[in-house]
Parts: sequence; C-alpha cells; structure tokens
Amino acid sequence: MPKMTVDDLKRIKERTLQATALRHGEARVKITVHMGTCGIAAGARAVMTALMEEMAEAGRTDIRVVTSGCMGMCSSEPNVTVEVLGEEPIVYQHMDANRMRQVFRRHVLLGEVQSDFALAKM
Amino acid sequence: MRELSLHILDLAENAVTAGARLVAITVEESAAADRLTIRVADDGPGLPEEKLRRLEDPFVTTRTTRRVGLGLSLLAAAARRAGGGVEVRSAPGAGTEVTAVFRLGHIDRAPIGDVAATIAALIAGYPAVDFVYRHRIEEREIALDTRELRTAAEGVDPADPALAEGIARWLREELERLARGGKEGCDAQDDR
Repeated sequence: MPKMTVDDLKRIKERTLQATALRHGEARVKITVHMGTCGIAAGARAVMTALMEEMAEAGRTDIRVVTSGCMGMCSSEPNVTVEVLGEEPIVYQHMDANRMRQVFRRHVLLGEVQSDFALAKM
Repeated sequence: MRELSLHILDLAENAVTAGARLVAITVEESAAADRLTIRVADDGPGLPEEKLRRLEDPFVTTRTTRRVGLGLSLLAAAARRAGGGVEVRSAPGAGTEVTAVFRLGHIDRAPIGDVAATIAALIAGYPAVDFVYRHRIEEREIALDTRELRTAAEGVDPADPALAEGIARWLREELERLARGGKEGCDAQDDR
C-alpha cells in the first residue's frame, strides 16, 4: 500500500525549485485564503493552488499562508486578505488563479497594492 | 459545488473551524459494489442531539460557528441525487463523523474531482491541524498521515506551503496508478 513517507516528503523538497528553510519566527507577510462554503463554491481552491505554486517558486521564508472560514462577504468570494507587516490589511475580491498570481508577484513580493481587485482596506 | 472533492474541502473546513486537531478523510470507490463512500471524521467538540436532528436544514444553523449550514445540505442533496445519502454521527466530546454514500455509476453522481488539490490545500492551509487521508479503489489504497510526516527536526514540514504543490503531485500520481489497478510498466514510468 503506497503511503507517503518522510523520505517521499524529502524528495519533494529536493525537487522544489527553491528549497525553503523551515518557517519560524515572525512572518513579514500573511496571506489568508477564505475557504468557507461560499469561497470554496466560488473557486477558492484554485486560488489556493495557484498561491501554493507561486510559493514554491518564490522560495521565501517570511511569507505565511493560511486559510480561514467565511468572513461574511460571500458575494465577493473568493476573497484573499494580504497583510504586510506594518501596513493595513488589504482584502481582495472575486479572485481567481491569475489574479492570485498577480497579487502575489506585485503586492506580496514588490509591495504594490493591486487596487483594481481590492474590496477594502480593513 | 461541481466536484465531490470540494465537498471534502468544505467538510474538513467545518471540522477545523469547530476546533478539530485531527481530521481523517476516507474515500472508497468500488465498482463491484457500485458505491462511492466519502467519510470525514474529526476529533472536534461534537454536536448535541437536538442539533444533530436538524442538521440538513440549511436554515437551522449557528452561523457564528459555521459548524453546519449550507455545506452539509448541498452534500446531502448531491448524495441523494446519486442514489445515496448522508449520515452524521456525533456526540458532545466525541467528535463528528460525516459519511456520504453515492452510487458510483449513477448518471447524476458528480465527479470526484481533484482530491489531491483538496488534501494539499488543507495541509498547507491549516498547519496546526493533522490530516489522515486514505483513498481506496477496490482492494488497493493510498494513504497519507501528517502525524508521521511531521519531523521538524529533519528539516521538512508537510505544512510548508512551498511543498504543497509537490504533495499534490505525489497524490495525483499515486491516485492515477491506483485507478489503473496499481499496474507498473510504461504508464507508471510516465514522469509528468
């Protein structure tokens, strides 16, 4: 019976383009993908998958990715919140895989808020 | 929800939001028995009797905890549409187990979809929660248990979001092999 082992996981890590150190301490950026029923039905998993691919490429250890439930803005799902340390959190709305890639590369990595997709400053 | 794997994501999200630290996801496909079973069991706080009875009513829910709500009603509808149903077992302090059964060959059964993406998203998205995933097709199965993979001392953490894509790929390849009946050979060498 194939069962994922620690060795399998190590091989996955070796194959990841930018091997990352373990994440600990304060993260500089926190990205929250809202995955309540509403978010999932609207496509939040594809957003999360795109974000994970970007994370694998970026190899940054100061970015934390978390998921959370519904935040009460179901009509604008999928929603993603980007919190950069020392800045106001930005909630992005109607996200898809491409928008997520753009937000990751421009806002998270370069610090440029993508106001076209922004729903609100929290 | 277009895929059953999205229902799995939703059920697991419910469990975590309710306070579960361990979520066990089991998928069993049997063409011989014409049955597809999806089970999500958690070690969360469980549900009291009176809530359990009204579980499938989408309008009876404590929205603040989101323990139940639209999600379970949608799953129950999807299961009934495919000649099956949903059963929920729970008791306060004893966790919750949701089992959805479908007729595998039913024309209205939604596709299972990308379970690998669901599992990878859960592991990366909830680093404080452990996940056990078992997927059985006929007599063969694949499995993943994050409790066994958490060997932080060795420098690998299954919840590292940079590894999520690799975990999803591993699961996808193993699931494809499982669906082929576990046969090795030219197909198995295919290194996508």
